[in-house]
Amino acid sequence: MPTIRIPTPLRSYVNGQSVVTLQGSTVAEAVESLLVQFPALRPHLTNSRGELRPFVNLFLGENNVRDMQGLATPLGENDQLLLIPSVAGG
Amino acid sequence: MLPDLSRDEILRYSRHLLIPEVGLEGQKKLLASSVLVIGTGGLGSPVALYLAAAGVGRIGLVDFDVVDSSNLQRQVLHGTRGIGTLKVESARARLLDLNPEVQVDIYNEPFTSANAMQIARDYDVLVDGTDNFPTRYLTNDLCVLLGKPNVYGSIYRFDGQASVFYAKEGPCYRCLFPEPPPPGLVPSCAEGGVLGVLPGTIGTIQATEALKLLLGIGSTLVGRLLLYNALDMTFEYVKLKKNPNCKVCGPHPEVTELIDYDAFCGVPGRDHDDGSAGMEWDISARELAARIRDGAKIRLIDVREPHERSISSLPGEELIPLGQLASRLHELDSTQEMVLFCKSGSRSTRALEILVSAGFKRVKNLRGGINAWAREVDPSLPIY
Repeated sequence: MPTIRIPTPLRSYVNGQSVVTLQGSTVAEAVESLLVQFPALRPHLTNSRGELRPFVNLFLGENNVRDMQGLATPLGENDQLLLIPSVAGG
Repeated sequence: MLPDLSRDEILRYSRHLLIPEVGLEGQKKLLASSVLVIGTGGLGSPVALYLAAAGVGRIGLVDFDVVDSSNLQRQVLHGTRGIGTLKVESARARLLDLNPEVQVDIYNEPFTSANAMQIARDYDVLVDGTDNFPTRYLTNDLCVLLGKPNVYGSIYRFDGQASVFYAKEGPCYRCLFPEPPPPGLVPSCAEGGVLGVLPGTIGTIQATEALKLLLGIGSTLVGRLLLYNALDMTFEYVKLKKNPNCKVCGPHPEVTELIDYDAFCGVPGRDHDDGSAGMEWDISARELAARIRDGAKIRLIDVREPHERSISSLPGEELIPLGQLASRLHELDSTQEMVLFCKSGSRSTRALEILVSAGFKRVKNLRGGINAWAREVDPSLPIY
C-alpha cells in the first residue's frame, strides 16, 4: 500500500508517526485516507474544496504532484508520497 | 579590471587562491562583491561569519532585534557579552574582528516594503535568514522584482530546507509555496524548538551557495530543494519547476510591487509572537491569578507537548496537546469556564480557534502563555 512521509512540524497531528500507510490508487484518494485517519491534519493540507493548500506540497519521488497530474496523479502500491510544508524558522 | 590583492590579502586568502575554481581572479571577484543577509539569527550567523571570512567585500545585515540569552544556543555570531545590545551591532563587531578588510553595513530596522528595495538594490545576492513568513515572501518578491538570487534556508527542530530561488534561471519561492499559511498554523522555532546546530548546517549551505553564485562556479540549488534531517542524517533533493501561473515570476504577475503580509493579513508566526488571540478572547496572567484567588472554577487546559510540563506547569492544569485537541473535544464541557495556555500564547490561540469553531464560548487564551505567568505572577517558574 502507498505510504506518506510526514515532516516534523505536522507529526503531532498523526500521533508522532513519521510514515503513515494510505489507501487509494490516486493522490487524492490517498490524501483522503490520511485525513480520515487523522482529521486534525485536514486544515493543514486541504481547503474546503478539497484542494491542496498553497503552503504545502506533495512530492512523488522527486517530482511535485502539481507538476504531474495534481491530485489525480495515479499512485502505485509501493509509492511513497513526501509531504513538504512551508517552514519559516531561521 | 579588479584591484590586485595586497600581500596581507594573499596570505589571508591563500587557501582560496590554491583552489583552481577560485584562485586569484575568484578572490578578487569576492572582494568586489556584496551580499545582503536578512536576519542575523540562527541562519544569518553562520552565513555572515563564513562570507566575512571568505572575503566578500561588502556584507549588509538587516535585523532590528536585540541579543537575548535564549539566542545563544544557536546564534553563534553573538556572545554573552552582547546580551541586550543590538544584534546588528553585535554582529558587525564580530565580523570585523574576524576580517577587518570587509565592509559591514548594518540596517537596524524592520525589513518592509517601504525600505527593502532601497536597502537591497546595490547587493549582488540576498540571503534569506529570517524567522517569519512575511519577511520570507517580501525577500522572495524583492529578489524577483530586482532580478537577484535569493539564497533560501529554513529550519524547524531537526529539519532543514535550502534552495536558491532565482527567477531568471528557475523557480521562485512562490512557485513552490504560492501563499503563506494563515496565522498560527505553522509553529515557529520559538514554539516548537530547534536543534542548535541545525541552522549551522543549513546556514553554511546557504553561505556555500552564495559564494558559488558570486564566483559563477558549480551547480547551485536553483531548481532543487534540499531537505536535510539531522536526526536521521539524511540529505534529499526534490525537483522544483517554475510555476507558469506564479503570481510574481510568471508571465502574468499579480504581484508587481512589494507586499507587507504583516500589514494586511496579520500573519504572525514570528519568533516574537505577542501570544494574543485578540482582546475579547484574551485573559492576562494577573487577571487569571486574581480570578483563581477569588475562587472562580476555571479549567486550565495546557495545549503544550507533554515534555514541556517538566520545564514549567500550572497547579491543577490538564494537558491536551494541540495536535490531539480536535479528537478530544468530548473531554471538555462547554458550560464550564476554561483558559487555554501554551508556552507563549501562539498554540493556545490556535486551540482557541478550534474550540470556538466547535461552539465553545466560555473559553479564553492566556495571553503570553505560561511565560507571561512566570513574569507577572509566579517568578519561581522559569521562562523558556
